[in-house]
Amino acid sequence: MPITTEDTIRWLQRLAVVLHENRDFLTQLDSPIGDADHGINMDRGFQAVVEKLPALAGMDIGSMLKTVGSTLVSTVGGASGPLYGTAFLRAGIASAGKHELDEADVVSMLEAALEGIKARGKAQPGEKTMVDALTPALVAAKEVEAQGLDLSQLLQRVSDAAEAGMKATIPMLATKGRASYLGERSVGHQDPGATSSWLILRTLAETIG
Amino acid sequence: MTVGLVIVSHSAQLAEGVVELAGQMAQGKVAIAAAGGTAAGALGTSVEKILAALHVVDGPDGVLVLLDLGSAVMATEMAIEAFTEGRENFQDHIIISSAPLVEGAVIAAVESSIGNSLHEVAEAAAEACTLPKVHSQNSQD
Repeated sequence: MPITTEDTIRWLQRLAVVLHENRDFLTQLDSPIGDADHGINMDRGFQAVVEKLPALAGMDIGSMLKTVGSTLVSTVGGASGPLYGTAFLRAGIASAGKHELDEADVVSMLEAALEGIKARGKAQPGEKTMVDALTPALVAAKEVEAQGLDLSQLLQRVSDAAEAGMKATIPMLATKGRASYLGERSVGHQDPGATSSWLILRTLAETIG
Repeated sequence: MTVGLVIVSHSAQLAEGVVELAGQMAQGKVAIAAAGGTAAGALGTSVEKILAALHVVDGPDGVLVLLDLGSAVMATEMAIEAFTEGRENFQDHIIISSAPLVEGAVIAAVESSIGNSLHEVAEAAAEACTLPKVHSQNSQD
């Protein structure tokens, strides 16, 4: 069963709810090692996305995701704006004109999104950022695609891999972002960007699964 | 024409204050624009505000962008991408400075006001971090 335009809208609606519910949690993660606004920013950004949803009806999935990306850039004033904005824009370009997504599409979109984040933020794995959740997620996606499993299994594996990557940020030393100003004190804290990345992918798995 | 300056900060007040200080050194000869805070006026950065500032100060001699923290670089780069879309060789036309915000802006304003090129202004601002702020009273030299 491919991902349809209706699925995409349901995912975005659900994601806005999830990010709203996790607003305080994400902000708490961002307090000891950041500027304590990640949850607030993601909530604001996706509330703005929800307001755009009626306008997305009738669009192809690529155009929807590009709209999400530009909405995040203009409403999220922290690093997540440019980072997630670029991620959604690149995923939108990778799915331009499509009204259905299969396993191969999801893999190439995730790859494009991660490449966009790395090009924008210049982070590599191991620096305690969202890249540390998304890199294992992409590895898992490619493995599952090669095994020929179906979309809902692929998305679940992607979510699980992102979760493991998120937890793996806890002992890392931050060398990117606001957390890098804290040096050793960033060790022992879970990265908020990796956490929101996991929430985005987990919500996708739950919506489609 | 002189090199234009854009002052990017997570704080609107801070950006405006830096514009004020830098302006004092420029005798009205330098276009300096603030791009601080989010569109809603909260702490953070705004690609739109930075883009608007680029439009205000852009000229044939190019633009030096000074910013407060590294996290402002991404928003600045996105604004520059939007501003230079379709144009070639913009690397030589807009430079993002690694200089400390206040000292870099003040030095850049002086250098720009005497008609130096974008690269000269950028180089001078980059030296800002080497200037001692507090001088030792018991200096042996």
